Amino acid sequence: MRSPLIPEMATQEVQLNETLAHLKTESETLKSKLEEERAKLHDVELHQVAEKVEGLGQFVMKTRRTLKGHGNKVLCMDWCKDKRRIVSSSQDGKVIVWDAFTTNKEHAVTMPCTWVMACAYAPSGCAVACGGLDNKCSVYPLSLDKNENLAAKKKSVAMHTNYLSACSFTNSDMQILTSSGDGTCALWDVESGQLLQSFHGHAADVLCLDLAPSETGNTFVSGGCDKKANVWDMRSGQCIQSFETHESDINSVRYYPSGDAFASGSDDATCRLYDLRADREVAIYSKESIIFGVSSVDFSLSGRLLFGGYNDYTINVWDVLKGTRVSILFGHENRVSTLRVSPDGTAFCTGSWDHTLRIWA
Amino acid sequence: MTSNSNLSNMRRLVEQLKLEASVERIKVSQAAAELQQYCLQNAAKDALLVGVPTGSNPFREPRSCAVV
Repeated sequence: MRSPLIPEMATQEVQLNETLAHLKTESETLKSKLEEERAKLHDVELHQVAEKVEGLGQFVMKTRRTLKGHGNKVLCMDWCKDKRRIVSSSQDGKVIVWDAFTTNKEHAVTMPCTWVMACAYAPSGCAVACGGLDNKCSVYPLSLDKNENLAAKKKSVAMHTNYLSACSFTNSDMQILTSSGDGTCALWDVESGQLLQSFHGHAADVLCLDLAPSETGNTFVSGGCDKKANVWDMRSGQCIQSFETHESDINSVRYYPSGDAFASGSDDATCRLYDLRADREVAIYSKESIIFGVSSVDFSLSGRLLFGGYNDYTINVWDVLKGTRVSILFGHENRVSTLRVSPDGTAFCTGSWDHTLRIWA
Repeated sequence: MTSNSNLSNMRRLVEQLKLEASVERIKVSQAAAELQQYCLQNAAKDALLVGVPTGSNPFREPRSCAVV
């Protein structure tokens, strides 16, 4: 007579637990090995290497334009490649395209949702993408006819299962990269709305992303509520490098202009620089007096300056090489929520919960 | 079964860690030197860093005002 099934199942259960325990030990060992390997190459600090570099003088940067028109918090903005147009999105559901030279509004779209957390300009300058609490990313072709209703030509491209936190066109109008509160990033074909690749690995909401400069190849970096910054291969969907040194949510990530490094801004009130070839954090930009979170970061054209927009309404300007703050800019009357340097580096734009955008130069 | 998905998650984690551990790395001193070199090479073109001749930064030009 056959022995009862229950003891066999018990044996299977035991084997499963042993395998899990074995894998857990293996993962702990690998994590330690990773730290060890990274530490071996940590022979010097960035600011030590930069000791002989000439210090930066005083900066005179002021608000040169104020863009008024949003009815509520500005959440996101992006520059057009023409270096003068800007798209911005707000909690009130409006997406506005501005001419930053004249401060005139050129287009306005009302989204069917509030909290439009993400917007992006297409490389051609002929369309904008946006989304937020609707869990989608939609593309609006910009019409030359000011009277045309932009909403009529709207195309839904991306569908996530939670809010859209960021979006970016790749180097053409044909593909869009998105990040979401659902913990994933995704690459979409604009024309068909087809999902081309999805990126899994974050353990919580993904809040930001940035594409590597085109010369560096097909990668992008994302930051999330899991305190991790992940670098992804766009073709394979694989996470190729991961950095976990921040102590809180990462709100913004931006590549260094050469593509060899990226900066991050976090709710832990610090900005950090990670070098991709050294595979580690190489600088922290912080001060004891800065206790509010960083919402957005961007580099000046040469990568020497790092601009950070903070929740204490200020912009701190950092010397990337020396690690020191070179300037603090006041002007906004509420949190700075978004910050981008213009394509030719002549100015940078900030958006704020005070409903305005400012151009600084 | 939850234990099976835990198992596959753990296997995936271990594979991911193996991939990350195999990345080729360079010394921070070399990486830092190259970051610095890029900054210095491009400093002259960085308008926010060095400023540009008056009149060539469109944002620094005052907009024309009409006196009523």
